[in-house]
Amino acid sequence: MKLSGWGRYPTVETELAMPTTEDALAEAIAGGGVIARGNGRAYGDSAIGPGRTVGMRKFNHMIAFDDQTGVLVAEAGVLLADIIATFLPRGWFPMVTPGTKFVTLGGMIAADVHGKNHHKDGSMAACVQWVDVMDASGQVRRCSLDENADLFAWIPGAMGLTGIILRAAIRLRKVATGWIDQTTIPAPNLKSAMVIFEGAQDYTYSVAWIDCLQKGHAMGRSLVMLGEHATPDQLTFRESRDPFATRPKGTKRLPFDAPNFVLSKPVVKALNTLYYWKKSRSAGTQLVDWDTYFYPLDAILEWNRAYGRRGFVQFQCALPLESSQAGLTALLGTIAKAGAGSFLAVLKRFGAQGGAFSFPMPGYTLALDFPASPANLALLHELDAITIDHGGRFYLAKDARMTAQALRESDIRVPDFIAKRAALHTSGAFRSAQSERLSL
Amino acid sequence: MTKGPVLILGARSDIGMAVAHKYASLGHAVQLAARDVASLERAKADIEVRHQVDVTLHAFDALAFETHAAFVDGLPVLPQIAVCVVGYMGEQADNERDLSAASRVMRSNFEGPAHILAELANRFEARGSGILVGVSSVAGERGRATNYVYGSAKAGFTAFLSGLRNRLAKKDVHVLTVLPGFVATQMTAGMDLPARLTAQPDDVAGKIAAATASGRNVIYVKSIWWLIMMIIRNIPEAIFKGMKI
Repeated sequence: MKLSGWGRYPTVETELAMPTTEDALAEAIAGGGVIARGNGRAYGDSAIGPGRTVGMRKFNHMIAFDDQTGVLVAEAGVLLADIIATFLPRGWFPMVTPGTKFVTLGGMIAADVHGKNHHKDGSMAACVQWVDVMDASGQVRRCSLDENADLFAWIPGAMGLTGIILRAAIRLRKVATGWIDQTTIPAPNLKSAMVIFEGAQDYTYSVAWIDCLQKGHAMGRSLVMLGEHATPDQLTFRESRDPFATRPKGTKRLPFDAPNFVLSKPVVKALNTLYYWKKSRSAGTQLVDWDTYFYPLDAILEWNRAYGRRGFVQFQCALPLESSQAGLTALLGTIAKAGAGSFLAVLKRFGAQGGAFSFPMPGYTLALDFPASPANLALLHELDAITIDHGGRFYLAKDARMTAQALRESDIRVPDFIAKRAALHTSGAFRSAQSERLSL
Repeated sequence: MTKGPVLILGARSDIGMAVAHKYASLGHAVQLAARDVASLERAKADIEVRHQVDVTLHAFDALAFETHAAFVDGLPVLPQIAVCVVGYMGEQADNERDLSAASRVMRSNFEGPAHILAELANRFEARGSGILVGVSSVAGERGRATNYVYGSAKAGFTAFLSGLRNRLAKKDVHVLTVLPGFVATQMTAGMDLPARLTAQPDDVAGKIAAATASGRNVIYVKSIWWLIMMIIRNIPEAIFKGMKI
């Protein structure tokens, strides 16, 4: 069958197995050339095996929860949405969450996802206590700071190439409500956005929506959104009737593939301007429910269809702090000149690197998506070169098209990662369409 | 706040598991019964962690009739609701050639489920309360060449549930007949089912929980199946026998 990631580009022929037991899983991976797949939310070809793909969604059992420490033990196929639905009403929220709740626990660890609190709490690696990993022979090893510590360090960010993640123990965060106290600050350009970020390091959450189509003095025009978990006394009557904001909200589904003009330059430019001015006028502080705050796009099921049948690609890079401003300026200039920026562009301050192959580094990250047109794919090569020139690197969970050479030029850790794979005997056993493309 | 326990017969099936989660999420303790009960340990922990209710596991073989009374005696408490999801489709082609295979399908879908529900019905009747839920099938509404062995057993089960409901109506014991159409489960994996006619196990579970709460008698999971089956039932036999359906 043909599989693709969330971006619906590229599409790769594979065979999908859906084992339900560990024995069946061991059998499914015995032939080698396989990769685990969670809920298919990586954007590109990270979770598609060149020969066989092993779907992990049947491993969706929760195993134990300690309501003193907030440590959850669960199988890799459990959805983040289920974790939130189960534990938020009891006062616990994920320590780290990406921008969608429709990811699996195993996928979150493999991609070492980060959230709006990365500058403060780190990436997924920071809240994982241990991981059970199955190797090519079907043997399962517990990995933690105390056992198999070296392998434990290489798992986050390895995109499943160090073995199949079976189970993990993760720490949740104690929260008093399900509401976020959000402050929105308009930033007229990139420099002021960065000043706001640097001054907001103590906030738990910070992220900026950035208008990628502005040039000149307004280049990098942003809305910086800061957030804290609200305390019960901050809730007004309206929110206090639903303190954990667990009442179901409606979802909409994009019923068809949008025609290409929907995301053309004039439409996006108008949308961006409208959004910036609307939000600037309502800037200030407001209470937002967790679902709207963390997962705005989850309310529109299958939003990936907005990019039409050709699919779309994400670009996400991390830049070191010292070269962030220069790098971002060069990236934004190139994007604005091409007039190719999409509505969904995000700027964020990163903190320290977590695992040995984690994507984040202290500095800034820029993420945006493009329809997968030939012109945009060419533009992305330009953006790769700018990122590399400024000492930056790329997020494998978003990548669908980078070259093996660009990866090596951007990330000095690649030879070590390849050596680690060889030492673990996973080089041939665990392979994805992405790892083949990147020669990992 | 634990509500009356719910017994799931055939808990290893996808529908059985979905029903268990549904009732657990509503605060009911659940009793999971299946043949290979050890394989339900993962599910037990999962339901306990997610829903904070008590889960007990019970070995149960629908075809071992002689064990049914002891099985019910062995439950920690007589359940408030018993849901029978036991079923086995087999291969129609095998059922035509191998009559012992056909017999197994008939026993699994009719005799076994009827036997255990009869046992529970008598206990519920003596207690004067309880709800029995039988998951039958639209396949039992009319025999078709492609699966009449399975269909005939389900027809028997449907009639049995109807009679049981009639008998117990005045005894405060309620009987719910569930007629799912296509459901995306392990049993139908690999079949090419039309999406609009196919329910998910969670849909079935949601409908069952709602129907036991409101006291419905017979439910189709996707209401379109009511219409489809009404049409199929009303095709004259002279025409029906020549149809490929």
